[in-house]
Amino acid sequence: MAEAKQPESVAEVREGLAEAGYLADESSALVSFLAQRLGKPVLVEGPAGVGKTELAKALSRDTGRKLIRLQCYEGLDEAKALYEWNYRKQLLRIQAEATGDHASPGREAEAEASSWESTRGDIFSEDFLFTRPLLEAISATEPVVLLIDEIDKTDQEFEAMLLEVLSDFQISIPELGVIEARTRPLVLLTSNNSRELTEALKRRCLYLWLDYPSVERELEIVRLHTPDLDESLARRMVEVVHMVRQLDLKKPPSIAESIDWARTLLLIGADDIDRETFEQSMSIIVKHRSDIDLVAERVAVKLGDMTPPPAGQTSSG
Amino acid sequence: MSAPGRPAAGGVVPGAAGSLLAFFEELRTEGVAVGSSEILDAFAALDEVSWTDQRDFREALASTIAKSQEDRRVFELLFDRHFFRATEAEALEREVQEQRYEGSDRLDLDELREAIREAIAAGNDGEMRDLARLAISAFGRRGERSGVIGVDVQRIRRALELQARGGSSDGEQPALDPDEVRRFEQHLRRELERATIERTGKLPPSRPLAELDRTLPTSPTQDLAAVHRAVAQMKRRIATLGHEQRGRRRGRVVDVRRTMRTSLETGGVPLQLRYRPKRPRRPEIYVLCDVSTSVSSASVFFLSVLHALHDSFRKLRSFVFIERISEVSDIFEHERDFRAISEAISSERGVADVSGYTDYGRVWLEFGEEIAEDLGPRSTAIVLGDARTNGREPHARIFGDIAERSGRTFWLNPEPRLYWNYGDSVMAAYEPFCDGAFECWTTKHLEQFVNVIAGAPAPVE
Repeated sequence: MAEAKQPESVAEVREGLAEAGYLADESSALVSFLAQRLGKPVLVEGPAGVGKTELAKALSRDTGRKLIRLQCYEGLDEAKALYEWNYRKQLLRIQAEATGDHASPGREAEAEASSWESTRGDIFSEDFLFTRPLLEAISATEPVVLLIDEIDKTDQEFEAMLLEVLSDFQISIPELGVIEARTRPLVLLTSNNSRELTEALKRRCLYLWLDYPSVERELEIVRLHTPDLDESLARRMVEVVHMVRQLDLKKPPSIAESIDWARTLLLIGADDIDRETFEQSMSIIVKHRSDIDLVAERVAVKLGDMTPPPAGQTSSG
Repeated sequence: MSAPGRPAAGGVVPGAAGSLLAFFEELRTEGVAVGSSEILDAFAALDEVSWTDQRDFREALASTIAKSQEDRRVFELLFDRHFFRATEAEALEREVQEQRYEGSDRLDLDELREAIREAIAAGNDGEMRDLARLAISAFGRRGERSGVIGVDVQRIRRALELQARGGSSDGEQPALDPDEVRRFEQHLRRELERATIERTGKLPPSRPLAELDRTLPTSPTQDLAAVHRAVAQMKRRIATLGHEQRGRRRGRVVDVRRTMRTSLETGGVPLQLRYRPKRPRRPEIYVLCDVSTSVSSASVFFLSVLHALHDSFRKLRSFVFIERISEVSDIFEHERDFRAISEAISSERGVADVSGYTDYGRVWLEFGEEIAEDLGPRSTAIVLGDARTNGREPHARIFGDIAERSGRTFWLNPEPRLYWNYGDSVMAAYEPFCDGAFECWTTKHLEQFVNVIAGAPAPVE
């Protein structure tokens, strides 16, 4: 098994991730480090939009590994995740065999028997196999990052199927035998915690809980993505986002949305978040009818208090 | 807190391994499933990180041992407690006495205050700990120690003028991060405990963790936030339910047109069957919730369940009743704050008429007259109540009619099954009309129920 270059320290991983555009906190840097050193899969859980998928992408950029992504959904089965026989091609192969045989009609029975043997060996070879993400990750010659996204969307049967891949890094195909990993892939599984994962799966993984970042860290993230935005404005924006997250919303704003909002503020050339700017642009961070009402009522009013409203602005409610 | 007598780096030494195993054992007694493969992983992980940094040490252990958020919370609590106790036990054994700052009496309180504010603002952990000690000895000399750790912490904090909010009217002091202030308090507590242990020369007995709001709150005085936290998880689960039937192979219908179209690839042989996509069922739900005093502890829970249901099902109408019934769907639609909802329900809707005792019979009559017409085979009726009629006529037949009209009827009873039909409970009269009656007084029961309504095939389609 060829080994990929391994990081020497947690700090090295954190710097690498920062270079790849991902500001990791203590625990995500440490777990990424351990995952590479121990060769164990990582189960990343947390609310939607805290950068779970982004972590995998950043790891792939940082380590120079190719990213292979398996998006999970309800009803995902092994034909879509592991491999599938390309039976149309197999059928064509058999048909080609049959038409070719007409040339020698005399020894038909004998020829048929031997050609069937060879055909059978032939059609169950790797040429006739569709590789799906998991098999692709296992059989890759270069080390890869395998991202299994939203594992909680699949059913338990699928989880059980993953166990062989995750603990032994191998896949058995009945017709071909066991395919073992040539390099050890770096595996990340993400979950929104919409259902309890099985103990067996959890046992094979390191666990990382990602939560919404603190004001300071989110500010850094926003600044990283929109360096042109004025710092005090960015800070104020992040504070407002945190205020919004405090409310009981159907969908609290994610980090990606606060970055979007920062870009919007840059675009419309706002120099302060007053009530008007907020009400114009809050649909970027709040996306439910009832949430919008609530945010308008709670946060926008507060913004009105904090900054003196410009003339003629009082009628906006 | 750096542990005396523990090697700074290198492999796992026997003493430390033993201490860790004791820690894992403690975790197990608190219900965290620590398997031996996890323990092996933990030791493998500890080989990779430096032991001198407590954060790395803790994270490495946590990521291999605690595999869910709840486990993580227990882990944090136990980690602090266990290693604090382990260190102190070790110190007692070796008769290590810490050097305390007993220096000059001119330790100026204002200077100390300033230094502490700075350390908290900078978030410097080591500094905070040292200053916490200074503060404690300063207060010890002033003779303000009460001897009760919790009280002392608050007294010291007040004397140091550390408000988390920081927004005092003079406004000169910048606001402090509440988390950092809490960390400083934690240090104070630690140091006070340490001093007590040194003075008395023995460890206080270890207690098991208090039940960490793992069960359903049973009294209405309990924090609503706890109920909400319990339901929040449910909320997500309910939201993803109903999509579950998609992708199951059972009962699919072949789409002839698309099958023929695909078969062109294989020379007209329909090798691959195409199916019509299956639409998930969108149930209409009618929830009737008893909010009388006999179920008052449960109705807090039930109301938050209603709240959660409203987020997840679009076609949901909810009703509350005591003696009369009243629709509250609009309140839930417009108001998201839970407190406001319960106030609005108790003040605006005249559900209690005279006595304030539940009158199930009358509720069915009213419901049957006003709303039952809307019920259809696609609707699901859910009753949340204890079926205690206070001796009034149950009108079970009318309830039967209602159950007949709606596709499915469920009853959730906040009492254990054992108490059903004792006293004035007439559960037996209603139960035959329901597709299912469940006891429901923990979130676990609720979860089972949700699986039934979202997962089980409907008797009427």
